[in-house]
Amino acid sequence: MYPVLQYFVVPFIHGVVLTLVLLLCVAYLTFMERKVIAFMQVRIGPNRVGPRGLLQPIADVVKLLIKEDLTPDAANRVIFYIAPVIATLSTIAAFAVIPYGGPEATVSIFGFPIRPYLADVNVGILYVISISSIGVFGIVLGGWASNSKYPLLGGLRSAAQMISYEVPFGLAIIGVLMVTGTASLVEIVQWQQQHTWLFWLQPFAVVLFFIAGVAENNRAPFDLPEAESELVAGFHTEYSGFKFAFFFLAEYIAMIVVSALVVTLFFGGWLPVTFGLGHLFPKLPALLSGAWGGPWVMLLFGMGWVFIKVFFMLYLYLWIRATFPRYRYDQLMNIGWKFMIPASLAWIVLTGAGILAVQAIRS
Amino acid sequence: MYQTSELEINMGPQHPATHGVLRLVLRLDGETIVEVKPVIGYLHRGVEKLSENRGYRSVTPLTDRLDYCAAFAENHSYVGAVEKLLGVEVPPRAQAMRVVLAELQRIASHLIWLATHGLDIGAMTIFLYAFREREKCLDLFEGYCGARLTYNALRIGGVPQEFPDGWTEALRRFLDELPTRIAQYETLLTGNRIWRLRTEGVGVIDARTALGLGLTGPTLRGSGVDYDVRKYAPYENYRDYAFDIPVGSKGDTYDRYLIRMEEMRQSRRIILQALEALPDGPILAKVAGRIRPPKGAEAYFMTESPRGEMSVYLVSDGTDKPYRVRFRSPCFNNLQGLPTLSKGHMVADVVALIGSIDIVLGCVDR
Repeated sequence: MYPVLQYFVVPFIHGVVLTLVLLLCVAYLTFMERKVIAFMQVRIGPNRVGPRGLLQPIADVVKLLIKEDLTPDAANRVIFYIAPVIATLSTIAAFAVIPYGGPEATVSIFGFPIRPYLADVNVGILYVISISSIGVFGIVLGGWASNSKYPLLGGLRSAAQMISYEVPFGLAIIGVLMVTGTASLVEIVQWQQQHTWLFWLQPFAVVLFFIAGVAENNRAPFDLPEAESELVAGFHTEYSGFKFAFFFLAEYIAMIVVSALVVTLFFGGWLPVTFGLGHLFPKLPALLSGAWGGPWVMLLFGMGWVFIKVFFMLYLYLWIRATFPRYRYDQLMNIGWKFMIPASLAWIVLTGAGILAVQAIRS
Repeated sequence: MYQTSELEINMGPQHPATHGVLRLVLRLDGETIVEVKPVIGYLHRGVEKLSENRGYRSVTPLTDRLDYCAAFAENHSYVGAVEKLLGVEVPPRAQAMRVVLAELQRIASHLIWLATHGLDIGAMTIFLYAFREREKCLDLFEGYCGARLTYNALRIGGVPQEFPDGWTEALRRFLDELPTRIAQYETLLTGNRIWRLRTEGVGVIDARTALGLGLTGPTLRGSGVDYDVRKYAPYENYRDYAFDIPVGSKGDTYDRYLIRMEEMRQSRRIILQALEALPDGPILAKVAGRIRPPKGAEAYFMTESPRGEMSVYLVSDGTDKPYRVRFRSPCFNNLQGLPTLSKGHMVADVVALIGSIDIVLGCVDR
């Protein structure tokens, strides 16, 4: 109809809306973090701003907005400004290929078809991995451009850490690619719809992937780059105001991206949770996925399921953070290179053997 | 063409992990420590000099401010030294009450140590759990003397008052729940793989070096020396109670952690015995209104504070003010061990070690 509108304006608006939703999720993820950890630590958590403290994230954002935005004299100003932007943009961009509904949940607004994902790239997984690894530049450059010793140490730590964990992070996915035979995230979920959640076929890969994801997000117990008891605040020690907020956003969006990836790759993305009862009651999956009510209902249900699963994964993040002490730098490297990488390689071999065995049995 | 150089960074005096205003000058080779130089004095208030210009009784509140996490232990050392100087015999009931309070203080102090040590190593939850119980200790102290931090809860010759009504019951309730709480901490830490990785083999010090550096308290006992003033030079009526001195075998951070956990249980044991056999009688010996020890008299009195051997040396010049008051603080001596302990370790270990030697800067700087 109007190619310009359909291929440029509509995806642009879609992307903006997606980003805004993501930012809102981050805001309430911080709230959830504070509340959940507070309850684990026999505290109450924020409860002053708004009903039950629900407006606390808004107040935090406003506080960060009106704070003075300092730049150290000795800093490299340009890189100091660009670093948080790189960190944030790369993580937001990773979200473009994550589906929150199946192609059948495509709705039309003003005659334009809106698919429940920004893009279905046939190399989706590679896209996510490569985009999210750009984020490390933001952190390294931020630490270096501050021209200060603690940020420098924090930046170096995170560079080493993120590069080390990128490897098992990628290797853990290879099993999924081998089983499903596709790198498109939408098709991977569709494969799971026809067969079963990949979690049942790749349980060890889930663990490896999640651990590597936590490490790559610099979250506890791998939060060395910003280990506050050692490096004050790590790479963002010199950052304040909204530049700091950007780093903060990057960290939390990266958490959401990793959680969404785990959900998409291993836990059936937008597919409903049927607790294994799908075979007993054949109508249950259709009922829970909203297939009875047209694309809008399916979209809502799909988003709901993604949302629930993602927040469950995020809850795991918080749970881990409240429970474990922090690793030391060399121990972290040991785990990465001496355990994670060999283990993920071994898992690839095992997966290959399994696939061959299944083929042999079938033929 | 490429070469590495050592990096010198300043840790503190404003740093989240230096427990106050300790400043460490670290020389690093990458992340490995080449040298640690503690720089102290940021909290120096001249307590020893101030004490020379006050009457003997007015010094006690100053001692509160030395080790503000275990103010009672400091009070105890000073008051004990004055009593020794005057040759005053403390009534048995007051002695037992002092033991109760001193051991309660040890529990409170070890709890705050556990909280901050855990937090430094990244275990955030343990911080709040330990503070929950410490709060109850503070409530008990508040119930006894009205203050929560700077107690001034002793008088020369005894204790100022009886335990208030219901106080011992509250204490017993606290002691009843303490073992389950300690077990709770231990489930979070003792067997935790990360905790053990971070503490085992970190800051190993052998008994000889530890003794040579003048380390005392749990820091020394971690190396296997069972030196505890309560056993070696018993004061008050510690002789009457059965308790064990936990010692470590390897002398690493993990041993020191286990020792302090065990000491909390032993303190509980002592308090229960003391409450059981609380003698009757007066709580305050007769001491002259104006304390004027004979000229040239001197006294040295040691106690086992939660952090180690806390002793006070007093010299009198015959007036009503001490001629010289010297506080031998365990924190100061234990801090001396830090450069030895942290040699060859990594930045993150320094943080663990500061927690492990358990210093309070008020006590280091005096």
